[in-house]
Amino acid sequence: MTNLIIGPSGSGKTVLMKCLVGLLEVDSGQILYDDRQFTGMAFKDRKIIRQEIGMMFQGGALFDSMDVEENVMFPLTMFTNRSMEEKRDRVNFCLKRVNLENVNKLFPAELSGGMKKRVAIARAISMNPSYLFCDEPNSGLDPKTSILIDNLISEITQEYQMTTVINTHDMNSVIEIGDKIAFIYSGKLWWVGDKHEILDTNNQELNNFVYATELTRRLKK
Amino acid sequence: MKKALTTIGKYVMLMKKVLEKPERGPVFRNQIMTEIDNLGIDSLGIVAIISVFMGAVVAIQTGYNTTSAWIPEYTVGFTTRESIILEFSNTIICLILAGKVGSRIASEIGTMRVTEQIDAIEVMGINSANFLILPKIVAGVLIFPVLVVISMFLGILGGWFAAAWMNVVTVSAYYDGITLDLIPFEIFYSIVKTIAFSLIITSVSGFYGFYAYGGALEVGRASTKAVVMSSILIILFNLVITQLML
Repeated sequence: MTNLIIGPSGSGKTVLMKCLVGLLEVDSGQILYDDRQFTGMAFKDRKIIRQEIGMMFQGGALFDSMDVEENVMFPLTMFTNRSMEEKRDRVNFCLKRVNLENVNKLFPAELSGGMKKRVAIARAISMNPSYLFCDEPNSGLDPKTSILIDNLISEITQEYQMTTVINTHDMNSVIEIGDKIAFIYSGKLWWVGDKHEILDTNNQELNNFVYATELTRRLKK
Repeated sequence: MKKALTTIGKYVMLMKKVLEKPERGPVFRNQIMTEIDNLGIDSLGIVAIISVFMGAVVAIQTGYNTTSAWIPEYTVGFTTRESIILEFSNTIICLILAGKVGSRIASEIGTMRVTEQIDAIEVMGINSANFLILPKIVAGVLIFPVLVVISMFLGILGGWFAAAWMNVVTVSAYYDGITLDLIPFEIFYSIVKTIAFSLIITSVSGFYGFYAYGGALEVGRASTKAVVMSSILIILFNLVITQLML
């Protein structure tokens, strides 16, 4: 299932996602991964759950000192005992899955924004995660590449039977891939629904967000 | 005062995380080799140039100040050797390394912090402080003493060049001076100081880089702070270790 967290800039989407993956500690409430309590868990115990998590950061967060192959191979090197050949096969498979080929020896500085995001997705899925988190996967991309990335995330989610959580304020993503949508406003959960309900909601703040542009207002009319 | 105590507390907490067992032995060993290359071998050129010229200058200045007939000629070689072994090769070279290596470590880790690369490591369940800082500390402790020993040799050689080419003293008098009453403990003392300074440079720079926050400006600030704080601590610990050991 693809879950979207939407909301205006500064509403707390990234903070929420960082709490979900354990980069920030929550002040109250609890986080459960399939009934496994994540809140308050020791670093060593969290490690088991974290190895089931793949995360794609806003800027890709690829390691500058490593080439594409080493970046995608990194989790495999750290957590598996596979041979170099097996790891290379897995890397090539993941890169092919995100429609990237012959880029193994390129460094992040040599990649375009869209390619960086795809390498980040390849790294995130290299360990066959059960949960995929994507922080603003469309930011800084042109509309066509944005749709490509959205579709890719959606396909991978279906293919690997993952739970995917995406932070976005891109309405295209909401309509294209949002199975379940949560609207965050001023740090609070304001609305939950699906992509059909969102267009007909009476929630004033959500309407202000969804129909913020002239284009969406015209489409509504 | 409160800020200083908070910083010390944060440093101690970070070092606790840094000194945990590395995730993967082979990866850790590879990282150490890479860091030895980045931090040590890359610094060899600057260490060599500074050591040769400083050795020559110390020899010339000593010769200039010891013109009395009562002072034997070998004093130039003796003083050059003592200055280089006791103070120059460890303290001055480490101050230079604090600038070169310290800024490199702080800006590298700081950039990783602001571009979320450290978060990416953490999300995977890896102790990022240990993964990024420990190999640099171990590499520093292993390679800086080697650089300092090379610096000692080159510094004394620089004095030799000054003696031979600039007629400060005769080469044989300089040789008599550098071989006179050599105490091995002085070399040991110099290496102990270097190990302490390498711990300061790598850990303090790693600390400032790790807690860099914001953008390019903050990474620059973290880098400057790392160099300044490492230099101050080197000077301070120089006094403490000298008082304790000599």
